Amino acid sequence: MTSNIVIIIIVTSLATYLSRFLGVVSAEKIKETSKMFRWFNCLAYSTLAALISRIVIFPSGSLQETDYSVRFIIVFLSILVFYLTKKNLVYPTIFSAIMLSIFSSAL
Amino acid sequence: MIDTKYFYKGFKSIKGVGSPAIALGASFIAIGALLKNLGFTIQESIFSTFLTYALPGSLVMAESMLIGASLINIFIAVWLVNARLYPMTVALMPLLMHENQPRWKYYLSCHFIAVSSWLIMKDNYEQIEKENRIDFWIGIGTATWTVAIFSTVIGYIASDFLNNDIMIGLAIVNPIYFICMMIGAMKTMQIILSVIFGAVLGPAFYFLSPEWSILFGGFFAGTIAFFIGEKNDK
Repeated sequence: MTSNIVIIIIVTSLATYLSRFLGVVSAEKIKETSKMFRWFNCLAYSTLAALISRIVIFPSGSLQETDYSVRFIIVFLSILVFYLTKKNLVYPTIFSAIMLSIFSSAL
Repeated sequence: MIDTKYFYKGFKSIKGVGSPAIALGASFIAIGALLKNLGFTIQESIFSTFLTYALPGSLVMAESMLIGASLINIFIAVWLVNARLYPMTVALMPLLMHENQPRWKYYLSCHFIAVSSWLIMKDNYEQIEKENRIDFWIGIGTATWTVAIFSTVIGYIASDFLNNDIMIGLAIVNPIYFICMMIGAMKTMQIILSVIFGAVLGPAFYFLSPEWSILFGGFFAGTIAFFIGEKNDK
């Protein structure tokens, strides 16, 4: 292993574990029935939603090469598939990958 | 030490209609291919997923390496993009804490907190008695983590066969999985509003600061949703 890459991996994992670790430290003092817990619950869901919608609207990596209207159509159709299959998570995910691969090779 | 009955029950969450295996697999296959192109060896790629196990963090690491960022800049960039794990941990661990369970389980198993495992646990914790939830959680975490590590290896080996169209297809799977899971989780006023406000404010704050957009957007969205929800849920 190259020492440089190993150090970068360790730095990345420490930066990631830090938030998880501090989360457990804080959680020790928070009861699940408290207001504080409900607030953090909201923060967790809203931060996740912010992250996901950012990935769809301002993607990085290979998704950048696709048109945003194509991404929106696929998100919309996948949600439709999710409801049509009674909230099955496997079908919409496979569906979205195939659709986007077809779209991007056709356009 | 760990109750295998509950561990196994949690582990089985990667099977069935709600399985995260496909979404996780697709994204870590992409990561494996990406790391290979960056010049990682297969051991380093495995090591990376093994230790970090958070997708956006690994992507930021890869991007930072491409532009030759310093270690301290990599640390800050990764910390910022993975800081969402903090509220996620605080919103999960109190549900799992029990006085009969040793502390090390919590400090070790928090490594498994990632979007997919978190959403599965949030969806299922009520079916498990509080004392056994941590072992159930360790089962979920071990299963999703194993899928991620295996998929990194597959992506690394298969990278020559993954053309651009396939990579784009793989990249959409994870957001779609998360969107569907979040919609499934929208059961109370607070969560519904948190998700909607977050989805709007996250990208809106992107215009002010791309790095801070998720944290700022998430913070304001969640706080507004909390106050509206507190007033209306009672």
